[in-house]
Amino acid sequence: MIPESLFYTKEHEWLKIDGDLALVGITDHAQEQLGDVVFVELPPAGAQLSAGETFGSVESVKAVSDLFAPTDGEVVEVNSILEDQPELLNASPYEQAWIIKVRLANPDVSKELLSAQEYEQFCAEA
Amino acid sequence: MSALKRTPFYDIQKQRNARFVGFGAWELPVQYQSVLSEHQSVRERVGLFDVSHMGEVLIEGPEAFDACQYILTNDVARLEDGKAQYTLMCKADGGIVDDLIIYRQAEDSYFLCINAARIDVDYDHLCTQAKRFDCTLRNVSEQYAQLALQGPKSLDVLAAISDFDFQSMKPFSWVDLVLAGDLSVRVAATGYTGERGVELYCAPTIAEKLWMLIEESGLPHDLALCGLGARDTLRLEMCYALYGNDIDEQHNPLEGNLGWVVKFNKGDFLGRQSLADVKEEGLSRKLVGFKMLSRGIPRHGYTITLEGKEIGVVTSGSHSPTLAEPIGLGYVPIEVAAEGATFDVMVRNKAVKAQVVATPFYKRG
Repeated sequence: MIPESLFYTKEHEWLKIDGDLALVGITDHAQEQLGDVVFVELPPAGAQLSAGETFGSVESVKAVSDLFAPTDGEVVEVNSILEDQPELLNASPYEQAWIIKVRLANPDVSKELLSAQEYEQFCAEA
Repeated sequence: MSALKRTPFYDIQKQRNARFVGFGAWELPVQYQSVLSEHQSVRERVGLFDVSHMGEVLIEGPEAFDACQYILTNDVARLEDGKAQYTLMCKADGGIVDDLIIYRQAEDSYFLCINAARIDVDYDHLCTQAKRFDCTLRNVSEQYAQLALQGPKSLDVLAAISDFDFQSMKPFSWVDLVLAGDLSVRVAATGYTGERGVELYCAPTIAEKLWMLIEESGLPHDLALCGLGARDTLRLEMCYALYGNDIDEQHNPLEGNLGWVVKFNKGDFLGRQSLADVKEEGLSRKLVGFKMLSRGIPRHGYTITLEGKEIGVVTSGSHSPTLAEPIGLGYVPIEVAAEGATFDVMVRNKAVKAQVVATPFYKRG
């Protein structure tokens, strides 16, 4: 169950693009691999993102995983609820547990991302 | 790379959707559905762990007692048949070779349960050090499968299997039983979780039968199948040492908070002189438990600093499921080892303040 309307990265993140803004989160596959998420490190609003660079981290009981910026842009809002309720990343990865809202440097970024179908195939091959 | 070893419970755990990881030479279940829920099940009810990777060694013969007394730091003379004891073996310089449990089977027969990753090193060490004693050693690790049944309901699960009075078993006592007509099992009142419970040894050939029996008796108690993930968080809340993390050949028992299993008054033993010297001179560093004063989870290998200077290292760290906050163990200089002392843990390049607290982190009830 990979939502059709979102775009994806090979780092198992999703983007919900609306004009030059995008919500960014991690996929259901990612949360399942991580296990119980107990800690989220978020960037401050205003932080500049550079595609491929770390912008935060997600920790499960056992391990730390970096969050990689899916694209260039600026963080305009963070979902600070996750600091108190990191378990939302397990319970609702595509809805309640969006991680950051980004103003895209390039609104055409979707061309560089995976479609739901492509992401599904990527997961199947991995 | 050679293929990872599998325990006799591999297939049955695979069927039950365990997620496996490489753990040293072994492919072991790290979790089923959730580390947090498995952890909570053991604290509140009962959980079942496959710990067949643990090694076993037999020491037998007229001088087996003397060999054990010389090689191990705890006092084997305090044991009697049917009793077990937590103990260590050290090198001459006091560095810890392994931590283990010794079972006295008879005056001239001892059974050691050792860490999986240390089986070869331990067996070499034991053989070398036991040479001058009249005894024989056997590495019987392949002959045993082992389960840990842990949690407040664990004895109720067993009560449905056998008439034996498990309730009156004292900690670190053990008994050989035949369960369900034909399953020979060693049941020891030991564990690595801080809860009541037992560890069960059996032959690999009957391992699956034993598993099914326990699983079935566990149904009314909502028995949880548990992986290594929960095993680690449970033991960390109790501050039970994990060999290779919290203790190793570079650290001695006194600085590792294991002085209580070093019995200086039992006569000579390997490492005694070095450890006596350490005791005389006083410790320079110590393993402490700490909590974080700001956000961040400590992890094994993270650096501990004070005023920007590296002073120690985190040996174990995790989110504590019971306390719902991060906890850690680490070696620090004795000057900052007292309860209430503060230092920084470098959490992914960020200094996060931490404070030494009383241990264990978790106290039952």
